[in-house]
Amino acid sequence: MLSLRRKTVNAVMLSLTGVCTFLAVGTLLFVLGYLFFHGGTSLTLDFFTKLPTPVGEPGGGMANALLGSAKLLLLASCIGIPIGFLGGVYLAEFGGSSFSFVVRYTTDLLNGVPSIVIGIFAYTLIVLPQGHFSTLSGGLALGVMMIPIAIRSSEDFLKAVPVSMREGAMALGASKAKTIFTVVIPAAKAGLITGIMLNIARVAGETAPLIFTAFGNRYWSPGWEQPTAALPVMIYTYAISPYADWKQQAWSAGFVLLMLVLVINVSARMILSKRGHVAR
Amino acid sequence: MSATAPTAFEARPSGRASAFWQRLRSGDDIAYVITLTCALTILALAALLVFELYTNSTLPREKFGWSFLTGTTWDPVVGQFGALPFIYGTVVTSALALLIGIPLGVGAAIFLAELAPTKVSNGLTFLIELLAAVPSVIFGLLGIFVLVPALVALEPAIRAVLGWTPLFSGPFYGVSMFSAGVVLTVMIIPFIISISREVILAVPTEQREGALALGATKWETTWNVVLPFAKKGIMGSIFLALARSLGETMAVTMVIGNEPKIHESLFAPGYSIAAVIANNFAEASDALEKGALIELGLVLFGLTILINGLARVLVLSTTKKGAR
Amino acid sequence: MTRRIFIVNAALAAALTVGVASAQQVLINAGGATFPYPIYSKWFDEYHKKFSNIAINYASIGSGGGIAQVTAGTVDFGASDGPMTDAAIKEFQDKRGSAILHFPTVLGADVPTYNIPGVTASLNFTGEALAGIFLGKITKWNDPEIANANPGIKLPSTNIVVVHRSDNSGTSFIWTDYLSKVSKEWEMKVGRGTGVNWPVGLGGKGNEGVSGSIQQTANSIGYVEIAYAIQNKMVYGKVKNPAGEFIQASLASVTAAAAGMKDMPEDFRVSITNAPGKGAYPISSFTWLLIPSKIADPAKKKAIKDFLAWMLADGQKMTEALTYAQLPKAVVTKELKAIDKIQ
Repeated sequence: MLSLRRKTVNAVMLSLTGVCTFLAVGTLLFVLGYLFFHGGTSLTLDFFTKLPTPVGEPGGGMANALLGSAKLLLLASCIGIPIGFLGGVYLAEFGGSSFSFVVRYTTDLLNGVPSIVIGIFAYTLIVLPQGHFSTLSGGLALGVMMIPIAIRSSEDFLKAVPVSMREGAMALGASKAKTIFTVVIPAAKAGLITGIMLNIARVAGETAPLIFTAFGNRYWSPGWEQPTAALPVMIYTYAISPYADWKQQAWSAGFVLLMLVLVINVSARMILSKRGHVAR
Repeated sequence: MSATAPTAFEARPSGRASAFWQRLRSGDDIAYVITLTCALTILALAALLVFELYTNSTLPREKFGWSFLTGTTWDPVVGQFGALPFIYGTVVTSALALLIGIPLGVGAAIFLAELAPTKVSNGLTFLIELLAAVPSVIFGLLGIFVLVPALVALEPAIRAVLGWTPLFSGPFYGVSMFSAGVVLTVMIIPFIISISREVILAVPTEQREGALALGATKWETTWNVVLPFAKKGIMGSIFLALARSLGETMAVTMVIGNEPKIHESLFAPGYSIAAVIANNFAEASDALEKGALIELGLVLFGLTILINGLARVLVLSTTKKGAR
Repeated sequence: MTRRIFIVNAALAAALTVGVASAQQVLINAGGATFPYPIYSKWFDEYHKKFSNIAINYASIGSGGGIAQVTAGTVDFGASDGPMTDAAIKEFQDKRGSAILHFPTVLGADVPTYNIPGVTASLNFTGEALAGIFLGKITKWNDPEIANANPGIKLPSTNIVVVHRSDNSGTSFIWTDYLSKVSKEWEMKVGRGTGVNWPVGLGGKGNEGVSGSIQQTANSIGYVEIAYAIQNKMVYGKVKNPAGEFIQASLASVTAAAAGMKDMPEDFRVSITNAPGKGAYPISSFTWLLIPSKIADPAKKKAIKDFLAWMLADGQKMTEALTYAQLPKAVVTKELKAIDKIQ
């Protein structure tokens, strides 16, 4: 029979985890709710279709910032995710212990670099030689931020796949590469997608690296070589202004940014899974 | 991946040249080279970053030398710069964030992975991951307009419980290291919860069933069997969270009070490295100040190396004791 | 599955790369001070409506940022709340091979704003009072220096909580410039700059942070831009000017400060804090556009010169609505002539 002490410990600890969840989820729901009430309720179609207007003039929107953020995220993902993911594969599957240690350590270091320093870094390396601000430099700055996060999370999830699965595949005669790509990665898929989504989410909200690279633009920005507006930068600029109208738009933009990430999240999960849902 | 072992898919050809092509076709070496290159880009990036930080901070390094690390004045007008208050603020706020965030995050992850029904768990986790997308600026605004007044209201309660320590003494104006620590906690929790939950879910059910069959309670199973299995992944999420809190800029600068002085009490204002760089870089037109800010970036890099090293030693020592 | 990903990605990339292109568009990039951003965005927008092929893209990256970027050549012109120092001008000359010209655009002001429970009136402050408060020497609200200027208002004996800007900014430059003029001690101990080593006080980020801190901290005092104070209906005090009057900052009193200035130097780099003249508000300042004297691209050169002329005429009429003070007529006339210096 189970002792009373063990039963009590069990009940108490499990309830505590419930409390933790309640606190975490409560905070989150509060943030989302606040954003919704301050930003979502005053959202109009103009926000999605019009260019910014000066303060006080109604009918302004952030259409160019939406497109700009999308382009920046696309470029950043194309750079950051493949490199980071494959680096994570190396660490999880091939790495010898001392070299992997160094790589892992360095990854954690890069994760801790403030985003503004990455922005200054990209400014020195790309903007100054080119002589102008551009979407390209902004995307590259964000991509550089994505790589260490992607390596870390990919490695964690790949390593979580039980050794038995790998051994089973190899016993059937599969080469290492085949094992990785046909057995390990699909098994870790749910976690890998989580990691990628967290990565995109994190980078989507970054402001500081874009100030010195993408710069900002009140108009449309065709191609990749011109400065571009981005949602986080617009939020920052409007939120610290004195005008109620702009502050309102800042909250709306914050809400829209969140929704943008949500859409990416949902569509990615749909596209990357068989039969339209991620098995769990 | 020996080239001499016959595979189920190809017959074994003879000769050295064909052995080479066979190894290539088997894909192992290609996979190895490609993934190795990607892993190397991290080292290349880090080296490039350190190089840039080093070369752009020559002015202050030559002027101050090592005393930059112990200096406590930040005066752009006379050109005197010191990093100690910022180091202190960065370490204190991150430590606070981890202290609150780890138990909260891992606790919630356990609940979501072990206790909550699947649909609820998936739904809530999806929403929690969204928190990671909230821009720092918004957290900063929520910080000034919601969190700080809330903390000001809660202050008497906190003081009643913890006021006897020097950590919670002195006047409280709302903007403080404590507020910054709390904001950071909210920002790092999505990472800890999301990743920990996934790793816990990945623990094979046989392990749990084995423990339960031996008569363990659910909590005992979780604490003694599941968590150790998931430890590496949880540690990974904590490192990510630590990294985020060390480098977080916008949200911190809006609630920390931005005073470059060292105070004992968490209720006092402080300043972090990332915050001071963000605040002053755009406006610093003087080369010495710009260089000093970049040197602060270098200092943060060094600080991160140190903290990560200490954290790893901690992990290694606890792992040696336990099985696995 | 991989094919699906590839197709979707390719489609996305194609869609996003197209964008909206316009023929014959002259795109001019500019960046700098945050303070005049609202009026600049209004001007550039109105100008774009008049001449739809000219797009002037301005981003507020800070006065220092404006100076740095125009010197680096990444923007076509910059903007700053504080005039460039001689050293900065020389650096521009060395890097870009031409001179840099200053063109004042509007006037702004810093106001002392406070939160004292029970006090809703606009308090009078002398220069010495403000300097003393920010130096940390005047610590209580009922200090004689403050009380004597406000007979009839009951001030509490509570401690003053000082709030200043934590980020470098033109707003701080104006404030510290003024304090340096009214207090020798301030000038020696702290000095003037976009960022200084504040003797006391909490730091708030941006006007937002400062006003937020003040709203939530009883017995606090800080400084914000006038546009900010008026738009957010904050209570702010009057400041004593050299003529001995306690003046409330307003568009009229700010323009008077500029008008009261006798000799406007040829390069327009001048500080008008503590300006002489009746009705002048002492904590006022110009804000400038920083334009290279040589612009290579003829289309850009014409666009910028035309814009400046428009700004000095029609543009000035739009300032009041956004709580910025116009330039006095004498300055406008001088500037119109200076436009010819742009080659």
